[in-house]
Amino acid sequence: MQLSCPSPILQHETVQMAHGAGGRLSQELTARVFMPHLNNPVLDQLDDQARFDAEPGRIAFTTDTYVVTPVFFPGGNIGDLAVNGTVNDLCVGGAMPRYLSAGFVLEEGLPLADLERIVESMAEAARKAGVVIACGDTKVVQKGQCDRIFINTSGVGFIPPGRDVSCRNLLPGDAVLLSGTIGDHGMAILTTREGLSFQSRIQSDSAALNGMIADVLQAAPNLHAMRDPTRGGVAATLNELAVSSSVGIELDEGALPVREEVRGAAELLGIDPLSVANEGKVLLVVPAAEADAALAVLRAHEHGSKAAIIGEVVDEHPGMVVIRTSLGSRRILDMPLGEQLPRIC
Amino acid sequence: MCLAIPGKVVAVTDENGLKMGTVDINGALTKACLEYVPDIQLGQYTIVHAGFALKIIDEEEAAESLKLWDELLGK
Amino acid sequence: MKYIDEYRDPARAHALIDRIRQVARHDWTIMEICGGQTHSILRNGIDQLLPSNIRLVHGPGCPVCVTPLETIDRALCIAAMPETILVSFGDMLRVPGSGKDLFMARSEGADVRIVFSPLEALQIARDNPEKEVVFLAVGFETTAPANAMAVHQAAREGLGNFSELVSQVMVPPAMRAILSSPDNRVQGFLAAGHVCAIMGWKEYEQVAEEFGVPIVPAGFEPVDLLDAILKTVELLEAGKSGVLNAYGRVVSREGNPQARKVMNQVFEVTDRPWRGIGVIPASGLVLREQYACFDAEKRFDVGHISPHESPLCRSGEVLQGYLKPSDCPAFGKECTPQTPLGATMVSSEGACAAYYRYHRNPEKQCN
Repeated sequence: MQLSCPSPILQHETVQMAHGAGGRLSQELTARVFMPHLNNPVLDQLDDQARFDAEPGRIAFTTDTYVVTPVFFPGGNIGDLAVNGTVNDLCVGGAMPRYLSAGFVLEEGLPLADLERIVESMAEAARKAGVVIACGDTKVVQKGQCDRIFINTSGVGFIPPGRDVSCRNLLPGDAVLLSGTIGDHGMAILTTREGLSFQSRIQSDSAALNGMIADVLQAAPNLHAMRDPTRGGVAATLNELAVSSSVGIELDEGALPVREEVRGAAELLGIDPLSVANEGKVLLVVPAAEADAALAVLRAHEHGSKAAIIGEVVDEHPGMVVIRTSLGSRRILDMPLGEQLPRIC
Repeated sequence: MCLAIPGKVVAVTDENGLKMGTVDINGALTKACLEYVPDIQLGQYTIVHAGFALKIIDEEEAAESLKLWDELLGK
Repeated sequence: MKYIDEYRDPARAHALIDRIRQVARHDWTIMEICGGQTHSILRNGIDQLLPSNIRLVHGPGCPVCVTPLETIDRALCIAAMPETILVSFGDMLRVPGSGKDLFMARSEGADVRIVFSPLEALQIARDNPEKEVVFLAVGFETTAPANAMAVHQAAREGLGNFSELVSQVMVPPAMRAILSSPDNRVQGFLAAGHVCAIMGWKEYEQVAEEFGVPIVPAGFEPVDLLDAILKTVELLEAGKSGVLNAYGRVVSREGNPQARKVMNQVFEVTDRPWRGIGVIPASGLVLREQYACFDAEKRFDVGHISPHESPLCRSGEVLQGYLKPSDCPAFGKECTPQTPLGATMVSSEGACAAYYRYHRNPEKQCN
């Protein structure tokens, strides 16, 4: 973008405290860095609140805060991660995502070029997902008070009348589907962090899934539940679903899709891909009769080409997830404890 | 003590006076110290533990075991 | 995945299981002393698939579990010092010391970093010349060469701010201690394959002869483990003792001489306390005198440490194979992975943690 006259902002390569103070520098930060990428009819009004019309059905509302490190990683950055993550949180509830807010906490000294790159990615992600970033806020904190940049995104969507997708809806006999390979995002982050001696080829799978999910809902209108397996991976999400609905879930170990390089890195670090975060995948629980139709739609989609039926809902062992190994034995798939740590033993 | 994963040596360098290599583990590339496998050649397999290659995998022995087990299967 | 998938093949595994069923006419108790093998057996449900007359017992094969409480307390003290960076393998972060663990220490402001290799700890030392970098060097003989190389290299480079807090242990003395115990019921051993990759199997020949037991160096994948179990059972049924290698692609009788050379240059054998078991003579490694300046135990004065172990914890009995984790009164109640009483519940290789994760309600599992 060509600027016809010099302005104070151009004299700074990095974010300063004054950029968050609400005065002239704040306005110029908004005008020069945020607006060129994020401009849309709602945001351009620059009122204290975004205003838009409601749609029929119920309102879906979600929020999430992103503090990922490193801020730039293979396959994405904190910005598009935030947009995709919030879009996904809405659409797994059966909602059509519409409007997002974006709140930024910036560390003094953050290069403006980095900020602009992140904002540009967010705009691109929003465009791809068909959502509007309707309002935002920026604060700046002193060096050391936050780790480069934190982003909070909240999202609003609308659930068409009559649709009820909930983690409490699982029924014995339902099929459990997974839209693609597990562990990509978490392993991309882990192998990129300094010191783990990897030349990482693993890319984050961060993606907005609302288009794919809308198509699946057409093919499987009686779909019971959906969840995106983010922190804690598929293991955490399936345990949550089993507990919410008081049912058991049985998984077929051999059916789980994993990328080769993710498997290699996970084996080496002693980490279970089932416990690792995904940012572009969805777990779906559908009545058995609709499983094949749902699977076909997923596989036809860019983000679902490796989709698979990975298990079923049962009435045994309610609240618990059990894996059938390829050897025919069974073991519990437990709720992961916390941060996945590389081990030698 | 235990976690040592097989991979293929795809590059050899020197770092801080130590023989180092890049090991391809199913497509994930990791750096490993090759000081304990000084005779290893590019394309050979090794097991990597805590950033060190510990042994060259004996491909003949491996093939022999598989053959024996497959005979067992055939019985 | 080459050299992994072939050894997870269900058809081969079942052929071996069938063979074990045919061969095993008596009851046998077989122990493995390797956390990785414990983990693999439970994760793959191998214990479920074996005939009921073969009893698999898990020994003190987790170096994290047997690291003395005092060493962890020492690491915690060092981590709390202002100009230090405590560097460790991920396995150690959640192991409880007398009051807290390294994870908690980190949340209280200690600089604690996780690495995958001791060479990364060396790099941290190079990058932070004004700080003292202490590496918690834990492991069996598999890891000793790596930990030795770090000190060897630090000496070569004159890295004056690097030191190791050493907790190295060895398998054969533990085997002897178990076999010498009057309550011992173990009749055969699977030897840790990657330990043997370094050490070879000469030491085990002596143990096998002295105690009249079969010892079979084994790998980690289901087919490797089942093959090793089959060989052990065949030897037991034939009344034979001695060493028979079941991990030929990695283990040779002489092991890795280059690795042992550096190990012996840097470390020497010492008596060592094993958490939950007690002192086992000549079972540990310590830095030699000429590397004393790299020995964190000598370098840091941590004052008096009085370790306090939970009286409910029976990990020692678990580690020696006398008590099944699920038979411990505290299992699943006072002692869970979130609230561990002892190291065997925390370490992912610990028998208690593995049981909790994979077999929490064994009565609910049906074959």
